[in-house]
Amino acid sequence: MEEVPHDCPGADSAQAGRGASCQGCPNQRLCASGAGATPDPAIEEIKEKMKTVKHKILVLSGKGGVGKSTFSAHLAHGLAEDENTQVHQSGSGWSPVYMEDNLGVMSVGFLLSSPDDAVIWRGPKKNGMIKQFLRDVDWGEVDYLIVDTPPGTSDEHLSVVQYLAAAHIDGAVIITTPQEVSLQDVRKEINFCRKVKLPIIGVVENMSGFICPKCKKESQIFPPTTGGAELMCKDLEVPLLGRVPLDPVIGKNCDKGQSFLIDAPDSPATLAYRSIIQKIQEFCSLHQSEEENLISS
Amino acid sequence: MLGAQGRAVHQCDRGWAPVFLDREQSISLMSVGFLLEKPDEAVVWRGPKKNALIKQFVSDVAWGELDFLVVDTPPGTSDEHMATVEALRPYQPLGALVVTTPQAVSVGDVRRELTFCRKTGLRVMGVVENMSGFTCPHCAECTSVFSRGGGEELARLAGVPFLGSVPLDPVLTRSLEEGHDFIQEFPGSPAFTALSSIAQKILDATPMCLP
Repeated sequence: MEEVPHDCPGADSAQAGRGASCQGCPNQRLCASGAGATPDPAIEEIKEKMKTVKHKILVLSGKGGVGKSTFSAHLAHGLAEDENTQVHQSGSGWSPVYMEDNLGVMSVGFLLSSPDDAVIWRGPKKNGMIKQFLRDVDWGEVDYLIVDTPPGTSDEHLSVVQYLAAAHIDGAVIITTPQEVSLQDVRKEINFCRKVKLPIIGVVENMSGFICPKCKKESQIFPPTTGGAELMCKDLEVPLLGRVPLDPVIGKNCDKGQSFLIDAPDSPATLAYRSIIQKIQEFCSLHQSEEENLISS
Repeated sequence: MLGAQGRAVHQCDRGWAPVFLDREQSISLMSVGFLLEKPDEAVVWRGPKKNALIKQFVSDVAWGELDFLVVDTPPGTSDEHMATVEALRPYQPLGALVVTTPQAVSVGDVRRELTFCRKTGLRVMGVVENMSGFTCPHCAECTSVFSRGGGEELARLAGVPFLGSVPLDPVLTRSLEEGHDFIQEFPGSPAFTALSSIAQKILDATPMCLP
């Protein structure tokens, strides 16, 4: 999963680590030792663990500050409103912390003793933690596992995709704002998903317009100077799941650790969230039936 | 955002030549984006490769005579942050500017960034609160879109100067998208006053003669 040279002979080939194109590749020593040919045993262990988890969704973005964590939290809240749904928003920990009977959370934050503690870790340690979150946590019977991620396409993303390789990820939801600076990064994120064969459920355009609470007129705080997510989705042939407008009540609820969907049920943002969540559920059900058909046929 | 799309990095006898944004060569820039063949190419690198490039950006770029080197970083306290601090340590960095939004969830994360600065011996020059309210262009009502108070609270927690709040400003976001020089072209806009004031405080706090 590391970035490989153009003429990479393949980690499990006889030429692995020895070919001319291997020079300078960060995997060279690993491949030459033959270790590249041996898959990490954790991948199979995670596949077993994940058998009780029906759907796994990654929330990605190319860019920071677009609202991934806010969206992940509210996707979890929204899915959990159906009492029959078991939802766990992944993060880290060994035994999930339950916010409600059917909504549990794990985060590296739970492992810290002070609100000022910083997690100053390099890649390998982060990768190890991610492996543990997936393998060593007692998820139990879960309908949805939602994995929030940092922005970009680095260790965390590669590790999650790698460790869930055998367990099947339903897909990724990619968050953006309407701006070109965000879309630029999202195009890269879409390319990453295609490169690692991660299905894309769709794109959510967040912070999409603002309605003034006083005069009710709309403003574009983050103007879609190049057509916003709609045009990008059309160009790249990925679904646009919806647009969520800015609503100051969202931030207030996040700060209180509450579901904005419950606190402001009639807000245009809530309506947008509900429609997006429904599309995600439909995508997951459709792919589940396709898999079942494949198994039974 | 600085209007340098599609530019390329060239080798000169002193190393990599940074990309100049203006004819007067008052601002130069280096970015991994300049090294990509296609703009939509993702940089799918693990830590060690990122660390190596950061070191190269500090040591192998022919920056020349500079008054300020400003390093933008991703969120968090990981490889990039450690690599940057290590690469710049021999050159005695002035310090870190820590940016937050007004929300408590942002303060909750950014206070950990302050711990990182303390642990790595990086002086915190001050806290900036970004996305600090939006003034409706139709009725002039100011709304706290992302809550309020986070910046000042963070500065107080850390015992560092609060440098100021920058409001949400569509003129700023639009001009960044369209490659305009915001400072030259929109001196009347809300964000301009805030940004100028913050820049002035940094200049005032900077020693005239560097060791």
